[in-house]
Amino acid sequence: MLTFDHVSKRYPDAGDALQNVSFYLAPGEMAFLTGHSGAGKSTLLKLIAMMEKCSRGHIILAGKNLNRVSERQIPYIRRQLGLIFQDYKLLLDRTVFDNVALPLVVSGYHHHEIGRRVRAALDKVGLLGQEKKYPLALSGGEQQRVGIARAVVNKPRLILADEPTGNLDPELSEEVMHLFEQFQQVGVTVLIASHDIDLISRMNYRVLKLDHGQLVQEG
Amino acid sequence: MVKRQRKPQKSVIEIFKIYLLEHARVLFASLGRIMKTPFTSLMTVLVLSVTLTLAGGFYLMVKNIQQLSGSLETSNQISVFLKTKVQEREAKTLAATIKGLPEVVSVKLIGKRQAMEEFKAYSGFGDALEALDNNPLPIVLQVLPVAKSMDAAAIKRLMDKLERYPAVDFAQLDMLWVKRLQSISALLQRTVMVLNSLLAVAIIFIMGNTIRLELQNRREEVLIAKLVGATHAFVQRPFIYTGFWLGLFAGVLAWILITLVVFVLSEPVENIASLYQGQFELLFLSLTETLGLLALSALLGVLGAWAVLFYQLRQIRPA
Ligand SMILES: Nc1ncnc2c1ncn2[C@@H]1O[C@H](COP(=O)(O)OP(=O)(O)O)[C@@H](O)[C@H]1O
Ligand SMILES: [Mg+2]
Repeated sequence: MLTFDHVSKRYPDAGDALQNVSFYLAPGEMAFLTGHSGAGKSTLLKLIAMMEKCSRGHIILAGKNLNRVSERQIPYIRRQLGLIFQDYKLLLDRTVFDNVALPLVVSGYHHHEIGRRVRAALDKVGLLGQEKKYPLALSGGEQQRVGIARAVVNKPRLILADEPTGNLDPELSEEVMHLFEQFQQVGVTVLIASHDIDLISRMNYRVLKLDHGQLVQEG
Repeated sequence: MVKRQRKPQKSVIEIFKIYLLEHARVLFASLGRIMKTPFTSLMTVLVLSVTLTLAGGFYLMVKNIQQLSGSLETSNQISVFLKTKVQEREAKTLAATIKGLPEVVSVKLIGKRQAMEEFKAYSGFGDALEALDNNPLPIVLQVLPVAKSMDAAAIKRLMDKLERYPAVDFAQLDMLWVKRLQSISALLQRTVMVLNSLLAVAIIFIMGNTIRLELQNRREEVLIAKLVGATHAFVQRPFIYTGFWLGLFAGVLAWILITLVVFVLSEPVENIASLYQGQFELLFLSLTETLGLLALSALLGVLGAWAVLFYQLRQIRPA
């Protein structure tokens, strides 16, 4: 599903954020990406989502070398991904429904199809019946679940979550992690960046650990 | 993970239908958004419409002056000034003789008194002329040559012929000042062309600035749309339509303003025209020109939006 082949990322003014990172993620696998703050977790995810370009090495996503993807093709790569952020990145002036529908709208789905899929996604995250609400009327945990519904509504094959539980209390964090497990169980590949060591150790999944941009533990 | 899963096969017609629906959706969504910020939108529309009114006003001015010089061109008549001592009776005989010439269609005699009345009425020197004991104005014969298309040489020959009558002081072709008017009108036309091009550029800049601010306000939205896979075209579409609407509204308002200006000016202009015995009627924008104004203003709106988006959207990272 995802291959990192000797990938380095250098920011012009901040030096190397990633150095020589190599790993492979099998289809349907779930893994945690961990490490101290500034270790390069977000950078690694941004490279996959093509929010940044790697300086050296190759990233192969679903058989496609991202170095060879032109700017015009980036949207089509992103449509295969489900992105989840620590700050949810919801549109506060749009309803829950419209937020979740966004990936389908940008991909040009028919509105019947959109309604059906959005409700299915909201159902999966336990928010069915809340679609007319605005994000700020929801709790933090609910907002993050809206973010997750938006990430999965397009039926992505790879979910990338950057500190999805960073703003949530332990109980809600557990719930959210459990959601990811459910997606993994239906065949979706999941990569979660988190520095919540406790939570990660309680779950039995592969851990990729970054330290100052280098992969120090794999497995 | 080699090929895309799901994605049901859609027919071309289906895809096209969805595409059109999406455009219609964004078209009305942008309209709704404009209505949500009425003050900002109104300011932009006002500034744009004033600019458009200027351009439209210039255009109408040239159009009217062209009409004026055009209508005068058809009356390339010759004014034959008789010697002052020549009296009415003699003039009438001469008029009849001239009318008998094969090159002449009609002759109109303007008597001393009539000339004086007109001069008094239009010159503003009425009282001063009252003080004169005798009428210093000569009798004038207005001679209309046969063909409008009579060439310059033929007209010159006719004038020479007329000037050879002993009673005639001199003959003058009214074309002369028509020519002057025509060349002034040509100059004016060019000036207006340059001015209007500048105004069009101004409109593009005004619109660009509005769209730039709008883009700043909606930066987060653009960013999120991009992150969930929106293409460039998708992201810029609402802004293009915003430009379209603002331009169109400005065009409509400009049309109203131009109508008002023409309405206010029509009476004084017609007064002036009557002084010159012209059947001059102040021209307004035709239907085609009105549609042209609306189309052009909407197009300039779109261009302004597009120009800004071309540069600014690429500034919003990630790509
Ligand atoms: N856009 C950027 N420009 C410059 N430096 C950056 C940028 N983003 C991240 N960095 C730097 O790269 C390193 C890794 O950052 P990041 O990937 O955000 O780490 P993490 O997510 O693990 O906390 C840090 O030193 C950070 O300062
Ligand atoms: Mg981070």
